[in-house]
Amino acid sequence: MTTDQITEDPDEIVDARGATCPGPLMDLIGELRAVETGTVVALLSDNENSTTEVQEWADQAGNEVTAIADEGGYYRIHVKKL
Amino acid sequence: MTEHIAIVGGGTGGTVLANNLAEKLGAEIDAGDVEITLFNDGPDHVYKPVWLYVAFGQREPADGRRPLREVVDDRVDIRQDYVFNVDHDKKELELVDAIEPVAYDKLVVATGSQLDPEQVPGLVDGGHHFYGEDGAQALRDELLAMDGGHIVLSVVGTPHMCPAAPLEFVFMLDDWLRERGRRDAFELTYTYPIMRVHGNEHIAEWAHPRLEARDIAIETMFNAEAVDPDAKTITAMEGTDVEYDLLVAIPPHTGSDLIEEAGLGDGGWVDVDKHTLEATGFEDIYAIGDAAQTGVPKAGSAAHYQANVVAQRLTSEVRGQPATAVYGGKTVCFIETGMDDATFVEFDYERPPSPSEPTRAMHWSKLAYNESYWLTARGLL
Repeated sequence: MTTDQITEDPDEIVDARGATCPGPLMDLIGELRAVETGTVVALLSDNENSTTEVQEWADQAGNEVTAIADEGGYYRIHVKKL
Repeated sequence: MTEHIAIVGGGTGGTVLANNLAEKLGAEIDAGDVEITLFNDGPDHVYKPVWLYVAFGQREPADGRRPLREVVDDRVDIRQDYVFNVDHDKKELELVDAIEPVAYDKLVVATGSQLDPEQVPGLVDGGHHFYGEDGAQALRDELLAMDGGHIVLSVVGTPHMCPAAPLEFVFMLDDWLRERGRRDAFELTYTYPIMRVHGNEHIAEWAHPRLEARDIAIETMFNAEAVDPDAKTITAMEGTDVEYDLLVAIPPHTGSDLIEEAGLGDGGWVDVDKHTLEATGFEDIYAIGDAAQTGVPKAGSAAHYQANVVAQRLTSEVRGQPATAVYGGKTVCFIETGMDDATFVEFDYERPPSPSEPTRAMHWSKLAYNESYWLTARGLL
C-alpha cells in the first residue's frame, strides 16, 4: 500500500528517524504494546525496509497498516492496533 | 551569581557527566561561580553489565556496586533523594524528602530505565531474568539446580537495556552447558518480537547462522503477551505457545515516573534533539542515556558519549559561548559469543554495526573493560 498523502491523524507518533539499534520496528512494537486497542500509531522511519517489515509484522501480529507515505527523506507508516 | 547545574540520576550517564563537568569547570566551581549537584535515589553507583556474569556464577552483585561518593569528584555535591517533579517554568526540582524545592539553572535528566514485568500477566511468577541483582542471582541458582530441560530466552520488552544481551546470554549459556558436558540434556530456544533475531538487520544477519550452528532453536515474530507459571507456557500475541522448563525473559522496561510527571515525554522517555540532546520544547533541560529518546541503544557506552557532549555544551553555555558539541549516535558494544570469545561493534547514526569474527582477545578486552569501568565512570579513562 503506497499513498502520496495521509489525511488520517494518528493518536501517537513514534519518531524512529535515525534509529540504529534495535531499530524502528522494535520501537513501534514497544509503543503498540502500551496503547489501547483501536489506537493508530504513526511510525516515522528513514529506513526504507520499514515499509515492508512493518506490513509483514502487522499481518502476522493481527494489526492493520492503514497508510504508508513517502514524506521525502523519511517514511510515515500508520498502524492500527486491533 | 552562582550557576546551578542539576543532574538527576547517578548511573553511567549522570556520573560521567558530573565528573566531566567538575574537570572542565573546576576553576568556576572553585570561584563559586558554578555549583553542580548530582541527585540520586540511592547511595550507590551500579554497573549493570556485571549482572550477565552473575547469572553464570562468574561475578557477584557487589562487583557492580560502589558508593557514589567514591566515584564522583569531590567538587560535585551528591544529594540522596528522589526527584519526583520538575517545574520547568520556575526551574525548580521537587524532592520527596525536602520541604523546599531546589532551584536549577541547567538540568540534565539521566534517570535510566526501570523494569516493569507486571505489564505481562504471569511474567513475574513464571519468568527469570538477569536485568537486576536479585534476578541474576535467582537465575544463577535455578541454572545450577537444573539437570536438563528446555530453557527459553524470550525478548519480551522493547525497548530494553543492552539490545545485545539476549544474544550474549544464549551464546554463553550454550557454551557454559557444553563446558560442563551437559548440553545434550538441554534444549535451548531464543524468541524475538520481529521477523529476524535482532532488531538491527546487520547484527541479525551475523547472529542467525551462529544460533543455528549452536543448535539454538529460533522463534521469531514472537511477542509475548502472557505467561502461565503453572502450565509453564509463554504465549505470543501472534498465537504461538512455547513450553518451557526455565523461562529467561527480557522484561518490559519503562522510564522514570519523573519524566511523565514533569511532562517531559511519554513512557518515561524524554523527547530530545538527537544531536544536541536538548529536551524538545524546554529551555535549559537536557536528557542523556536511557532516558533520552535518541534511537540508539539503551547502553552505557551511548550514555557515556552523550555525557561528554552535554558536558561540552554546558561548559560553553556557562561561559556564555555558543554550544557547538553534537552527538553523532556513537555507540560501542562488546558482544560475548560464548564463555571465552566475543566480538565488538561500533556504530552511529550514519554507519551501521558490522560485527567481526569473534576472538578470545575481544572477550578478554570486554572483561578488562568491565574491570576498568570504575576509572571510566570517574572520568579517568
